[in-house]
Amino acid sequence: MFHFKKESRIAFLSLLPTVIAVFIFVYGFILWTLRVSFSDWIGVMPNYTFAGFSNYSDIFKSERFQIDLWNTLFFTILFLFTCVIGGLLLAIFLDRKLRGGSIFRNIFLFPMAVSFVVTGVAWRWIFNPGMPGSLNGINQLLSNIGLSCLTWGWFTQSNHFMNFHVALISLIIAAAWQLTGYTMAMYLAGLTAIPVEMKEAARMDGASEFQMYRNVILPMLQPITLSVLIILVHISLKIFDLVYTMTGPGPGFATDVPGINMFETTFGGNRYGEGAAISIVMFILVAVVIIPYLINTMKRENI
Amino acid sequence: MKTVDVYKKQKIFSRTILYIVLICVSAFFLMPIYVLLVTSLKSFKDVDLATMWSLPKSLNLGSFLAALEKLSPNLLNSFYLTIPATIISAFIGSINGYLLSKWKFSGSMVLFPLILFGMFIPYQSILIPLVQFLSLIHLYGTLYGLILTHIVYGLPITTLIFRNYFAEVPSELIEASMLDGCSIFSTFFRIFLPVSIPGFVVVIIWQFTNIWNEFLFAVTITSDPSLQPITVALRNLAGSQIVEWNVQMAGALLAALPTLIIYIILGRFFIQGLLAGSVKA
Repeated sequence: MFHFKKESRIAFLSLLPTVIAVFIFVYGFILWTLRVSFSDWIGVMPNYTFAGFSNYSDIFKSERFQIDLWNTLFFTILFLFTCVIGGLLLAIFLDRKLRGGSIFRNIFLFPMAVSFVVTGVAWRWIFNPGMPGSLNGINQLLSNIGLSCLTWGWFTQSNHFMNFHVALISLIIAAAWQLTGYTMAMYLAGLTAIPVEMKEAARMDGASEFQMYRNVILPMLQPITLSVLIILVHISLKIFDLVYTMTGPGPGFATDVPGINMFETTFGGNRYGEGAAISIVMFILVAVVIIPYLINTMKRENI
Repeated sequence: MKTVDVYKKQKIFSRTILYIVLICVSAFFLMPIYVLLVTSLKSFKDVDLATMWSLPKSLNLGSFLAALEKLSPNLLNSFYLTIPATIISAFIGSINGYLLSKWKFSGSMVLFPLILFGMFIPYQSILIPLVQFLSLIHLYGTLYGLILTHIVYGLPITTLIFRNYFAEVPSELIEASMLDGCSIFSTFFRIFLPVSIPGFVVVIIWQFTNIWNEFLFAVTITSDPSLQPITVALRNLAGSQIVEWNVQMAGALLAALPTLIIYIILGRFFIQGLLAGSVKA
């Protein structure tokens, strides 16, 4: 790091275009959205008449947004759980230097390179349940291999238990399919960084493989787990493309999420005030997770 | 001797189990690609929901030709959008990363996380102003508007990756170069740019993949079908009930192909970008 006075000024000035662009496009626009969320704006023409919290009370009263919040909660918990456990197990398997391990790694990771729109199209067809008597997609596959007990309505099912819409399961499978590879790559990078001597020392002390992972490896992977959780939570809170392509809002909003609600309310229904209010709620949810994480990371870096 | 034998047998046994598990998981991961592939290779009369898992009777490329005819303008749009947005955001990011990693000025420690925060926000929360702003500067509904959007919202991640990349370059090089009378920027062009090729590869692959695959900005900003990128066109194609399934699946494969090819050829760099995206170097 350098402290020449003149150069520091040049550095700052050269950074200025980016700083200005980001301040307008991120912070300025968020404040602008905040302003819209307190306005009466309905219809195509902007209308900034102050409307207090009416948009917020409207969305929180609407059944659709309540379902969205429950869906987000359940989706986030189950999606995170699947990705973290699945990714960790795959990373542990592949860390054993198997022959052909890199082929498996590439297979598990390739969904990250493909658009949510593409995979949404494929999964929509796979989970298309068909009619009783003429099963489609995954149901057909399951009944062909003798697992017809597992056939059901997938994302067309509108029922729910304790606010958990079962149709979400299809979305969780598709989203976990797409992002488990990411978790695996993160854990794999962490596992490779652990010195071999450490594992050997644990084995010499008579620890079983399970004990070694439980007591030596997993604690060392904790910072990675935190990063993974933060990244996955923020993806889950703002998810849109996959759900929009695969199912849309679903029957009785069974697969609706705030991202879709915001998009349809704003650009479909022209209720800009309410759409802005939904997006501000989404922003707050993400900010609550991300800001402490960023502050924490920066602090650790600057020590 | 006996114990060694038992140990060996155990090892072979556990390896076999491991392979079986990994192969089953792989089958699950490849399932969507299998469905896309076999369906798109069937002719329309062979596409039947009752036989969707079976292999095509004969290889038929007709659905790819039909999809290409429908989607080639959109594929081109995606290239027109992705290439400039990727290159510009990568280049600006490299300068930012250099300045932030090697030149401390008062406030730089605050500015960096403030820029970084931009890559985490849900883009829904800036969508309404974005549309208004782009209309104001007459770029709404154009590919230029979409390019500008992707450049600006790409800057946090490109800046982050280059900042972490340049942090590894020894600072003594700067001192030497400054003593030689180089300015802050000639130091960048003479010393940092030449060693930054691997960093550029990571950033360009990352940005290309993300911008190519992006949907929310694209569907919001481009309403004219002739200007829509491939993701939007594919979604519209899949949403219409009249279009044949085999053509939809072929279209999905075409949309995935550019990023898949990059992943297959340059997967190592793709993974680096993936890991860099989680803030820590």
